[in-house]
Amino acid sequence: MSGDAAVVSARAVTKRYGSFAAVDGVDFEVRKGECVGFLGPNGAGKTTIVRMVSCFSPITEGRIRVFGLDVSRSPREVKAQLGICPQEDNLDPDFSVERNLLVYARYFSLPARAVRERARELLDLMQLREKAGAKIQELSGGMKRRLVLARALLNQPRMLILDEPTTGLDPQARQLIWQRVRMLKARGTTILLTTHYMEEASQLCDRVLLMDRGEILLNGSPSNLIEREVGREVVELWNFTDEVLAFIREKGWEHETLDERVHVFLPPGDDGGREIGHRFPHQEHLLRLATLEDVFLRKAGRALRDG
Amino acid sequence: MTALQAVRNISRLTLRVWRRDLDVYLTTWKTNFLPPLLEPVFYVLAFGLGIGSLIGDLVYQGVTVSYLRFMAPGVLAVAIMFWSFFENTYASFVRMYYQRTFDAMMATPLLVEDVIAGEILWGTTKSLLASVIMLGVLTGFGLVAYPTGLWVVPLAVLGGLLFASLGMICTAVTPNIDTFNFPIFVFVFPMFMFSGTFFPIDILPEWARILAWILPLTHVSLLVRGSTLGWYPDGAVWSLLYLTLVTAAAFLVALLLMKRRLVK
Ligand SMILES: Nc1ncnc2c1ncn2[C@@H]1O[C@H](COP(=O)(O)OP(=O)(O)OP(=O)(O)O)[C@@H](O)[C@H]1O
Ligand SMILES: [Mg+2]
Repeated sequence: MSGDAAVVSARAVTKRYGSFAAVDGVDFEVRKGECVGFLGPNGAGKTTIVRMVSCFSPITEGRIRVFGLDVSRSPREVKAQLGICPQEDNLDPDFSVERNLLVYARYFSLPARAVRERARELLDLMQLREKAGAKIQELSGGMKRRLVLARALLNQPRMLILDEPTTGLDPQARQLIWQRVRMLKARGTTILLTTHYMEEASQLCDRVLLMDRGEILLNGSPSNLIEREVGREVVELWNFTDEVLAFIREKGWEHETLDERVHVFLPPGDDGGREIGHRFPHQEHLLRLATLEDVFLRKAGRALRDG
Repeated sequence: MTALQAVRNISRLTLRVWRRDLDVYLTTWKTNFLPPLLEPVFYVLAFGLGIGSLIGDLVYQGVTVSYLRFMAPGVLAVAIMFWSFFENTYASFVRMYYQRTFDAMMATPLLVEDVIAGEILWGTTKSLLASVIMLGVLTGFGLVAYPTGLWVVPLAVLGGLLFASLGMICTAVTPNIDTFNFPIFVFVFPMFMFSGTFFPIDILPEWARILAWILPLTHVSLLVRGSTLGWYPDGAVWSLLYLTLVTAAAFLVALLLMKRRLVK
């Protein structure tokens, strides 16, 4: 193991379904107290990685250690210390909200009395107290997600795994989950999450791993990646003429065409936005700060367009 | 090798899976207890008093017994088969596929083998509960000889385990919930009819009799009948041996096939 601070260390990990490699020889690490996000389009292999780390899915090649334990050899020990929120909710519809927590806690062999108290705390934390006796079918999508998160915290996990924690939620519900995740992070919980949302990644993650087609393309902090891959500023142009395009090419600026819009990634310190404004006063354009989205579009844009 | 490893992966945590199913059962216990209470009453009325009064007595293994006494253990044997088989097909499939209950369990220290074994154990328990209730009702009708009648209880466990495992095998290979019709029509339904449950298999033509002896329910009903009548036919011990072997094999196959389905 490389340093005792590594909570997860994956070496040359490949997962094949038949001859198709869903994850193709990736290496990564998650350090103690870190929040690491796997970012990538549909089918990139994010869930496959999560499933291997959480001992669900056998690894075809390579090795993953979690808390220093080999996931293939010690799944019980590893899972006892993980809190897992799967991509699709799997709350137990045969039980009430509170009962869901109590029954789940039994799988961890947690002492019954302590669990009652802990369940109540977690319901409070996730603003679900009034729903304690409700049926799962009566919960909104956001409430279900919060209950899944509460359930994942029952065993006081050393690492939390969140597979698309806010997909399909409205902005308020999303904010509430983000707040709670930030709070857990502040308490020192190590977090591994996957997401499609750049904003989610920039808001929550210390480090982002950009994936596409089973490979990790980029690895770094959100601000670092933005600066490194797209610079500080981006000009977006639409309804553009060939002249403008020729000008951009001539300047040697990196650019990408997507949905009839040209995104121009300006090198640091370049005043290209104003220059375009001067040369082509009638050209519709927008100068803005670069975001993680731009990194994503540049690196995985092709995959998105090809579907 | 893999089968052995799979069995060794079953831990005491499997009881937590069993307990989850029991808890659900207990939250609706009133509706759950009713069918096994009423079923034997209907059978006794329809088959015993109705058809039985047409038939009167019959000769079973050289001994004359009333049709009602002959048929009562058949009702028990059928219940042993139905309760576990249906639990580990339809009900397990709903938990596995629609509710994703197994996925949720596998995110805890439970291994996939604990989950499968716990489900089979619960199916077995359903057979046990139903047979004990029905045994009580049939005893009330004076149709059970004791103390041999008590052997129905362990037989319900063995038979329950067998049909639970067979149900689990179907769940492991079924593409969707409607496909359960297939094993039910080619396997469960013929067994229900032709396993010496409602008439002695001796009266069948030879080819059908040989087929009947292969069906596991034939051996369950033979042993249960021995228990309620108070005497076992010659060779009953072979039936016990056959059942034990088939049950062990079915359990292992269920474990391996379910594992193949769940672990991707
Ligand atoms: N059981 C399976 N059998 C065959 N292929 C699979 C299986 N599970 C996943 N795949 C394939 O592996 C690839 C990666 O899937 P994965 O679910 O890891 O993607 P993802 O990044 O989580 O996507 P999403 O954002 O849609 O959740 C996909 O092409 C998918 O079709
Ligand atoms: Mg996914």
